[in-house]
Amino acid sequence: MTSLPNREPGTPRLGLVIDLDTCVGCHACAVACKQWNDGGHMAPLTDTDAYGAGPDGVWFNRIHSFEAGSERGGCGGSRTTNFPRSCLHCEQPACVTVCPTGASYKRAEDGIVLVNEDLCIGCKLCSWACPYGAREFDQDVGVMKKCTLCIDRIHNETLAESERVPACVMVCPTSARHFGDLADPSSAVSKLVAERGGYDLMPELGYQPTNKYLPPRPRPTLALDERVTKDSANDDQPLHGLLKWADRILAR
Amino acid sequence: MHPAFSIIFFTSAAGAGYGLLALLGLLAPFGLLPASPLFGLAALALALGLVVAGLLSSLAHLGRPERAWRALSQWRSSWLSREGVAAVATFLPAGVFAIAWIVLSTGNDGGGSGVAGIAGWITAAMAAVTVYCTAMIYASLKPIRQWANPWVPRTYLALSLMTGALLLNALLGVAGQAAGWSSLLALASVALGWAAKEGHWRHCATARPVSTAETATGLGHIGRVRLLDAPHSEDNYLLKEMGFRVGRRHAVRLRFITRLAAFALPAALSLGALAAGPGALSGTLALLAAAAAALGVIAERWLFFAEAKHTVTLFYGAGEA
Repeated sequence: MTSLPNREPGTPRLGLVIDLDTCVGCHACAVACKQWNDGGHMAPLTDTDAYGAGPDGVWFNRIHSFEAGSERGGCGGSRTTNFPRSCLHCEQPACVTVCPTGASYKRAEDGIVLVNEDLCIGCKLCSWACPYGAREFDQDVGVMKKCTLCIDRIHNETLAESERVPACVMVCPTSARHFGDLADPSSAVSKLVAERGGYDLMPELGYQPTNKYLPPRPRPTLALDERVTKDSANDDQPLHGLLKWADRILAR
Repeated sequence: MHPAFSIIFFTSAAGAGYGLLALLGLLAPFGLLPASPLFGLAALALALGLVVAGLLSSLAHLGRPERAWRALSQWRSSWLSREGVAAVATFLPAGVFAIAWIVLSTGNDGGGSGVAGIAGWITAAMAAVTVYCTAMIYASLKPIRQWANPWVPRTYLALSLMTGALLLNALLGVAGQAAGWSSLLALASVALGWAAKEGHWRHCATARPVSTAETATGLGHIGRVRLLDAPHSEDNYLLKEMGFRVGRRHAVRLRFITRLAAFALPAALSLGALAAGPGALSGTLALLAAAAAALGVIAERWLFFAEAKHTVTLFYGAGEA
C-alpha cells in the first residue's frame, strides 16, 4: 500500500543524525554501506563497467563537499563542509505515495521507507518525487533501490547489541553519524538535535525528513594579517645585525 | 529532466488520441459528424490507435514491463496509478460508443441514438479525466517547480483538445465533409493551447525558485553555498536521469519551433481551410495543420522535460531549482 500508514504519536521514528562539524569526508560510510547492502536486504547493488571507461553503479550514500561563505573577510570567512547524503526516511515521503504498484512503503512500526523489489516495475517515478536524490535505479535488475537504514542490522538479533546500528554509523571514524529514535525526546539523538540545533534539509518542500543534520560549530574569523598578505608591509621594519649590514652593502 | 522519447511519444500521441476520442463522443450524438460507418470506423481507429500506441510506448521505459499490470493497484495515492485505471476504464464506454455509433446509429440520420449519446459523453469525460491524470503525474512532483503548478494540467488538457480538434478537422476534410464549424473549433482550440503554453512558459520564467543550494544543505547561515567536490568522478543515475540540461540557444530554437509548428502554422492553415470552403484544398490544409501540430507538440513535450530542473541538481552544483 502506498498510502502512508497511520502513525500514532510516540511510535518510533528511526533515523540518522549527521554531524557536519565532525565529518571529515572520508567516504568510509559510503564504502561500508555498499559492502553491507551488496549482500543485504536490497542486494545486489549492481555496478556496471566497474573497471572500464564508464563505471556506474548503485550507492545509497554519496558524500559531497561544499564551501559556504565568502573567501574574503579573513581566515574562516568561508567553511568547507563535507556533506553525506542518503535517504532521510521522511514522514511525508512522496516517493511512497507516487508509487503506482505498492512496491514503495513506509513501515508503520518504525517509519523506515522501503521498496519491495518483487512489486517494483521500474517506472522511476519515485526517484523523480524525491527531492534529495535518495533513490537509485538498478538498470541490471530493472527495479529501484534505496537505503534500508540497514534494517537487516538494526533488528538483527544474531548481531551483538552494539553492532545493531546501520553500517555507515558503525564504520564512521569520527562518530559523525548517530542512529536512534527521533520520536523519543529523551533519546541520545533527540538530545543531540536539541543541543546542537539539528535541522531538516529543504524544509520548504514539506517532506518532514526524519534524518537531521547538525550544523558546523561557529568558529572565530581571524583577520587577515598584513605581514603575509601585503608585499610592501615589511619595508619600514627596522633591521638588526647581519641583515642590517647586508642591507647597507646592497643599498650602495 | 532527461527527455525520454517513449514518454514524449506517449504523452503527445495519447493526448491527441484522447482529444479526438472526446470530440467524437461529444459531437456524434448531436449529429454533427458524417453518418457513414466508414468515417466512424476511421475516426475511432485513429483515436484509439493513437491511445493504444501511446500507452504501449509508455511501457517501453519500465525496468520490468511484464509487471505493468500492478500499476493499476494504488489509485488511492498515486496519479500514475489513477492514470492507468482511467486509461483502462475509458475503453469500456469507448467500446459501447463505438458499437452504438458505427453499427446502430449511422444508418439513420446523424447517430442520435440514446446509447451512443450517453456512452459518447461518458467517453469524452473519461478521456478528459485520463489526460488530467497524466498531467497530474508531473504536477504533483514538488521537487520540480516547472511541473508542480496548475499550468501543467491546463496545458496538457488544452493541447490534447487542440491536437484532437485538428485531427477531427483533417478527418472531415479528407472525407470531403469539411465544415466551417470544425475549422473554427480547430482555430479556437489552437488559440486556447497557445495561451495555455505561453502561460506555462511565463510561469516558469517568473516564479521564484523554491529551493536553493543553501536550503538543500542548510548551510545558508554561513553564506553562499557552492559545490567544491562531487561525490563521484563519473556519471551516475541521478545525473543521467535528473541532471539533464538543455542549452540556452537550443531551448530558444525549440521554443520557436513549438510556436511555429504547434500554434502559428496550424492556426494559419485552419484559417485557410475555413476560407477555402469544402473541397480538396481545405482538406489538404487541414491535414497539414494536424501534421504540423504533431511535430510542434513533440517539440513542446521535449522541452517540457528538458527545461524541468530537479532539486537533486542542487547537490551537484546548481544554485537554485
